[in-house]
Amino acid sequence: MSELIKGSAFLTSKVSPDQVFTPEDFSDMHRMVADTVASFIKEKVMPVSDAVEKMEEGVTVGLLRQAGELGMLGADIPEKYGGAEMDKISSFIITEQMTRGGSFAVAFGAHTGIGTLPILYFGTEEQKQKYLPGLASGEKVAAYALTEPEAGSDALNAKTKAVLSEDGRYYILNGTKQFITNAAWADVIVTYAKVDGEHFTAFIVDRNTPGVSIGLEEHKMGIKGSSTCSVILEDAKVPVENVLWKVGKGHQVAFNILNIGRYKLGVGCIGASKLAIELAAKYAQERQQFNMPIAKFGMIKNKIAEMAIRNYVNESLCYRTGGLIQDLVHTIDLDAEDAGQKVTEGFQEYAVECSVAKIVGSEVLDFIADEAVQIHGGYGYSQEYMVERIYRDSRINRLFEGTNEINRLIIPATLMRKAQKGEIPLIQAAMKLQEELLMPMFPEESDEPLAREEQAIENLKKVFLVVAGTAAQKLGEKMIREQEILGRMADMVCEIFGAESALLRARKILNNKGEAAAALAIKMTTCYVNDLVPRFDAWAKEVIAALEEGDTKRTMFTVLKKLTRFEPVNGYALKREIADAVYKANKYVVVV
Amino acid sequence: MEIIVCIKQVPDTTEVKIDPVKGTLIREGVPSIVNPFDKNAVEAALQIKAAKGGKVTVISMGPPQAMDALRECVAMGADEAVLLSDRAFAGADTWATSYTLAKAIEKIGKYDIIFCGKQAIDGDTAQVGPGIAEHLGLPQVTYVQKIREVTDTGMIVERAIEGGYEVISVPLPAMIAVEKSINEPRFPTMMGTMKAHKKQIPIWGAADINASEDLVGMNGSPTQVKRVFAPERRGGGEILQAEDEAGVCVLLVEKLREAKIV
Ligand SMILES: Cc1cc2nc3c(=O)[nH]c(=O)nc-3n(C[C@H](O)[C@H](O)[C@H](O)COP(=O)(O)OP(=O)(O)OC[C@H]3O[C@@H](n4cnc5c(N)ncnc54)[C@H](O)[C@@H]3O)c2cc1C
Repeated sequence: MSELIKGSAFLTSKVSPDQVFTPEDFSDMHRMVADTVASFIKEKVMPVSDAVEKMEEGVTVGLLRQAGELGMLGADIPEKYGGAEMDKISSFIITEQMTRGGSFAVAFGAHTGIGTLPILYFGTEEQKQKYLPGLASGEKVAAYALTEPEAGSDALNAKTKAVLSEDGRYYILNGTKQFITNAAWADVIVTYAKVDGEHFTAFIVDRNTPGVSIGLEEHKMGIKGSSTCSVILEDAKVPVENVLWKVGKGHQVAFNILNIGRYKLGVGCIGASKLAIELAAKYAQERQQFNMPIAKFGMIKNKIAEMAIRNYVNESLCYRTGGLIQDLVHTIDLDAEDAGQKVTEGFQEYAVECSVAKIVGSEVLDFIADEAVQIHGGYGYSQEYMVERIYRDSRINRLFEGTNEINRLIIPATLMRKAQKGEIPLIQAAMKLQEELLMPMFPEESDEPLAREEQAIENLKKVFLVVAGTAAQKLGEKMIREQEILGRMADMVCEIFGAESALLRARKILNNKGEAAAALAIKMTTCYVNDLVPRFDAWAKEVIAALEEGDTKRTMFTVLKKLTRFEPVNGYALKREIADAVYKANKYVVVV
Repeated sequence: MEIIVCIKQVPDTTEVKIDPVKGTLIREGVPSIVNPFDKNAVEAALQIKAAKGGKVTVISMGPPQAMDALRECVAMGADEAVLLSDRAFAGADTWATSYTLAKAIEKIGKYDIIFCGKQAIDGDTAQVGPGIAEHLGLPQVTYVQKIREVTDTGMIVERAIEGGYEVISVPLPAMIAVEKSINEPRFPTMMGTMKAHKKQIPIWGAADINASEDLVGMNGSPTQVKRVFAPERRGGGEILQAEDEAGVCVLLVEKLREAKIV
């Protein structure tokens, strides 16, 4: 890749299909990594999943260790610290496949992601040498303790304090952390405290430090096999060399790591979504009612198709983002002193895409899990069937790693900052659009597959610019208080990135593998855009109605009408064909 | 110890569907895997290597895609791999296949143990391992369920037989075909997977292994598959019960009369 694509650039510019990474671009090695992790889950994790769910002593930790021996915990860790030092795509693929393992994936994710990465990316050479080999092998388990009873979404409101001891050798930590994944079995806890009640700072805390204790397990709705407890720090003496990064710079660690965590959460949702689709498709074909398999009923087909389509969109946008991150990481000298910060800056560059992945991934999985239960009927409500667990386990994803509301706030805030800094030409694009909209519009005629959809997405980008531009003009600085509008702007960004990623992927398959191979991807993209345009139009009107009045409002509606003009196609028929393809494969498929 | 393991890429029969009309296997879209018994063979080889040092080489005869199967074995820990692939090899039966593998083994030259899986799950013949031993004039032990001892000159193994096992001492070099119960094959590691994909795996054709064109592939195969079909389902039998044998005889004769057989 010659030139890196900038974060959020998709809103104002177009890229060609060969500039996006797609799952069809996986190498043979990537496929083998995926197969190996999938077999690990099937052969090692699933047989003990009841014991995992009941949190039987040693089971999850034992599985983590086995995963460690196979190098699955060390994908992101350099060889010199005992890691497997894999490319980022491999690391994302491992994350995706692990989520077929339910609660185990949560323990895995917290350990390898938010638990290990702060040390990898922000640790000193000594800290890395001390901790990373054990974390890579699974001999040590990591946890990440940011949340506090009074500091959830408002993470910087931490009450935990750190005071330097008189001899200057320790920080004395006092406070309580809430909802900490892996707490029960963690050996290493990355946590945060305010030095002198002021300077937010990250620390590496060994579990056996005197003064560190772990609270009782939460009784949770789902992911019951993962450990979630409070971590209590009472005069915990943490050596000064365990300060992670710099005193007063804890927020840099916290927020950069959360970007990665968010992205990985989105990718992770793909694995669980695929599993739910598989189970639902198989069940629908086996279950007979009214003398035929329920799979044949139109409403069931519609559900199966919709599940596949949404997963296709999430998968497309996640791996497109994965490709962007991979390309950026390739430009970094990973042996350099500041490699860690460079990598996290890379994730920061794609902060909007990471938040989109988190929101879309968790909401798509929730939708799919819900419909998978529905397709199972009463049996889906019974613990005899795996979809019952998938449904309960799914719900957490919209809550942790920043709630979806918080992520919806991050998107417009990041865009505004990028626009003001001139990193993306959002303001210029909005101004140019105003002129353009005064002219009569002649849609380009083209017979190319997905030409209509491409045009529609380009127009939706314009709708976004109109809405965002109007909000910025009318509200200025006050915009941050208009959360309903910000939320809708985030929805629009999610949809634009998702629909465009779906389209580019279908085009790429078409260009590289031909029409037959691309048929299903084209159908899924067509359906998605078909349903999206009216939804998007309604959102835009909602926002404009809140901002403008009288003639201006009416003029704006006329403009919107022009931009969202789209003749719907027969979505029912297409969705039946999509469902049939899923039935035939007995699982989610894209290229057949 | 120089160990050679012969492996085969097969369709994952747990995923194979049967065409309801033609009654044949639908191979389309079925993933390919390393023959499960061959993975046990690789595991056995790797365990001996871990204990005694040496080198494990995996070989496979098959189409170019079989390279994936070899890479998986390298990812598990095998040191070297060779693919035997040539148009001339196509259509080989078990005789021609074992001849071809034997020629490749001769070319490799140094070997103490040749491991094979008990059988391939697609053909289920269990003939290729013994065939290799015959071509190379080696002793062979089939259905090996346990390796008790390995020395530089011999092995003591357990060979499964109905209702028990035999303990066999065999001099090396020898061909050993293993059962599933012998071990649990390890997973490939992530490091191994990366190494496997960087590795250049040579492809040898008939000429490379000095194989005679008449003895490989279709030409070298005395047997030919005429037809593959699902056998017709036979109806269930009936068990006749009476007080004693004489009573059963009476019932049987009645039945046979009813059926107008006697
Ligand atoms: C099972 C589980 C595992 C977890 N694991 C970890 C872990 O390993 N480490 C860790 O540090 N934390 C962990 N958490 C904590 C998790 O990240 C927090 O629960 C989450 O960030 C939300 O904080 P809160 O629960 O205090 O909710 P609150 O912040 O009180 O939010 C309540 C509601 O208000 C909304 N809200 C809050 N602020 C705003 C705003 N400004 N604008 C609009 N809406 C707003 C939220 O979106 C939410 O809907 C875990 C939580 C759970 C349940």
